Amino acid sequence: MKKIELSDCDLKVISDICAKYEKKESELINILHKIQSHFGYLPEEVQRAVASELDIPVARVYGVVTFYSFFTMQPKGKYAVSVCLGTACYVRGAEAVVAALEKELGIKVGGVTDDGLFSLDCLRCVGACGLAPVMMVGEKVYGRVTPEQVGHILDEYRRNS
Amino acid sequence: MDKKIKVIIDNKSVEVAPGTTIYQAAKQAGVDIPVLCYMNLHDLGVENKPGGCRICVVEVEGRKNLAPSCSTECTEGMVVRTHSVRVLNARKNVLELILSDHPKDCLLCQKSGRCELQDLAVRMGIREIHAVENALVSTYRKDESPSIIRNMDKCVMCRRCETICNEVQTVGALSAVNRGFNAVVATAFEQDLKDSRCTFCGQCVAVCPTGALTEVDHTPKIINALADPSKTVIVQTAPAVRAALGEEFGFAPGTLVTGKMVTALRRLGFDKVFDTDFAADLTIMEEGTELLKRITGYLNGDKTVKLPILTSCCPAWVNFFEWNYPDMLDVPSSAKSPQQMFGALAKTYFAKMMGIDRKNLVVVSVMPCLAKKYECQRDEFKVDGNPDVDYSISTRELAHLIKLANIDFASLPDSGFDDPMGESTGASVIFGVTGGVIEAAVRTAYEIYTGRKLESVDFHELRGFEGIRTATIDFNGLKLNIGIAHKLGNARKLLDGIRAGMYNFHAIEIMACPGGCIGGAGQPLHHGDSSIIQARMDAIYREDAGKKIRKSHENPYIKRVYGDFLGYPMSEKAHELLHTHYFKKEKL
Repeated sequence: MKKIELSDCDLKVISDICAKYEKKESELINILHKIQSHFGYLPEEVQRAVASELDIPVARVYGVVTFYSFFTMQPKGKYAVSVCLGTACYVRGAEAVVAALEKELGIKVGGVTDDGLFSLDCLRCVGACGLAPVMMVGEKVYGRVTPEQVGHILDEYRRNS
Repeated sequence: MDKKIKVIIDNKSVEVAPGTTIYQAAKQAGVDIPVLCYMNLHDLGVENKPGGCRICVVEVEGRKNLAPSCSTECTEGMVVRTHSVRVLNARKNVLELILSDHPKDCLLCQKSGRCELQDLAVRMGIREIHAVENALVSTYRKDESPSIIRNMDKCVMCRRCETICNEVQTVGALSAVNRGFNAVVATAFEQDLKDSRCTFCGQCVAVCPTGALTEVDHTPKIINALADPSKTVIVQTAPAVRAALGEEFGFAPGTLVTGKMVTALRRLGFDKVFDTDFAADLTIMEEGTELLKRITGYLNGDKTVKLPILTSCCPAWVNFFEWNYPDMLDVPSSAKSPQQMFGALAKTYFAKMMGIDRKNLVVVSVMPCLAKKYECQRDEFKVDGNPDVDYSISTRELAHLIKLANIDFASLPDSGFDDPMGESTGASVIFGVTGGVIEAAVRTAYEIYTGRKLESVDFHELRGFEGIRTATIDFNGLKLNIGIAHKLGNARKLLDGIRAGMYNFHAIEIMACPGGCIGGAGQPLHHGDSSIIQARMDAIYREDAGKKIRKSHENPYIKRVYGDFLGYPMSEKAHELLHTHYFKKEKL
């Protein structure tokens, strides 16, 4: 994996978030959650910094990061596209939506486009089964998506960037 | 005292203390429930009880689901069945699922014949795996460090290694990572073990039920060296080996096989059979002198003197403080470990005596330890790339060599070590148990400091299995405060206390493994039975008590090596050959 260097400013962000949770090991998941929402992902160097702040082995941090699918060690695109593969979405054709997105973006699930604009992931139920199949771009939810609509949805974001 | 609880297990009634698990109660009732992930070294304070494998499930009357007996406490009037049809079916099913993604190359596995998973499959009579057709078999890259090999495709996620590494040793190199089918115990970012903060104590290997964690095997290299006519091959054996080697040949734990071991080594073709114990006596001369020098300096008000002095025989402990206490590298004794003192002396003093070049002298050590494999590869223990100790093998590897050479170990006659590096005292034998190094040091330091003869050499206050022990020994008015810790988690507690200025110790002994070297990772596997380690400890003290000379400074060959070669303890020559320095390791 590509090595990155954390600036003093980055380290301060990590340190402040850890301090907010009193550097408690029991708050590790919350801490990682907050840090991921700041950096967009949890690279090796960030995990080392968290381990050092909490005075716990970095292996333990890595164990938690790799256990929860929410956490990622890959940088995400500016717009994180995700498709729900929960039961309701799945039976209503989410797979075809994923295939259309892969074709449209030229990447596989888990990947990021070369321009860094989009990343593509799958997730489990977002609690909007009535709208199945569902896809999300960032925080925005799109319901009853068909493979044909995918291009139009992405175009909105392409225009805005 | 709390009221006893009455339970019925397989129609047998037992009374147990509150808090007793079904598994423990069953033991009392003479019912041996099979386990896989569970491990309890009660006397040594080591327990792994994740309740994850589900092999130990039992039926409890009135309870809907089956209960994991290792982690379910007994309640009054509980009725338990451990081998009903329902239980047997479930247990078999669980085992088949565990086996379904496990490699089936048992015949080629280093653990074959001593694998707990294999034993379980035999016991349950598994003949086919119904669970999943065309099941994927786990694949994970092999990782080889100087001491330990990780074949994690054979990991069953019992997490014993994780418990030992984190809770007992507080090393924190290993953690469960990923999830589901890909779950495995690994290092941070799944690096190689050699790049992690692993100390190579090897306790993960000592508790691994399968072939997932094994030691690096040097036996082929030794067979080749022994067959090479241009090489003189000598061997040294650590104190703890003689108290455990017999177990590999069917002797009861705690049987001393010193004489047979020496005969076997000679029959294997070693040119000289020497004893690490000789070097342990030498360690006492150097470390004991350093201790007295530091204490005298301290009492005379020398502010540059650091106390307490820490022992430095244990290579996993050395790694541990290099990683975790880089600010305290001047606290441990600078004395090398007995293995390395022996090597340094063998390749100078002995090589010169025999008129051979050090490159043609192969020094092999037999150790109860896996960290020793790493230690002898450290750069500071090499001269122009040639190591002082060429190969370190474990007690298990020696047993394997003996079997390969068709030697009937049980019928071997006894014989004695060679001169001049084979003579040793009772003080050196007890290096193999927790508290032994400091007791040996006290025996010598007392006589040197006070100029008086010691009435009794047995310091019972320094012995035992308690994780952290303290004692004060009266040196004719000077009260010497001594601390002892075994297992690295206890070492951490002592060191943190010292860093915080909490303690007033003069000397501290630390050994990384439970019980000291007798519980080392290179020893015959204990499979969770701590009475084996107790028996080895008793054997070591028996060997000490049976020795004519029990104080290191009275060893005639030690006197000779100083007279002929080294001069005096901590002389310039001794410094060059027998002392070392430590390195700061970057904290990961």
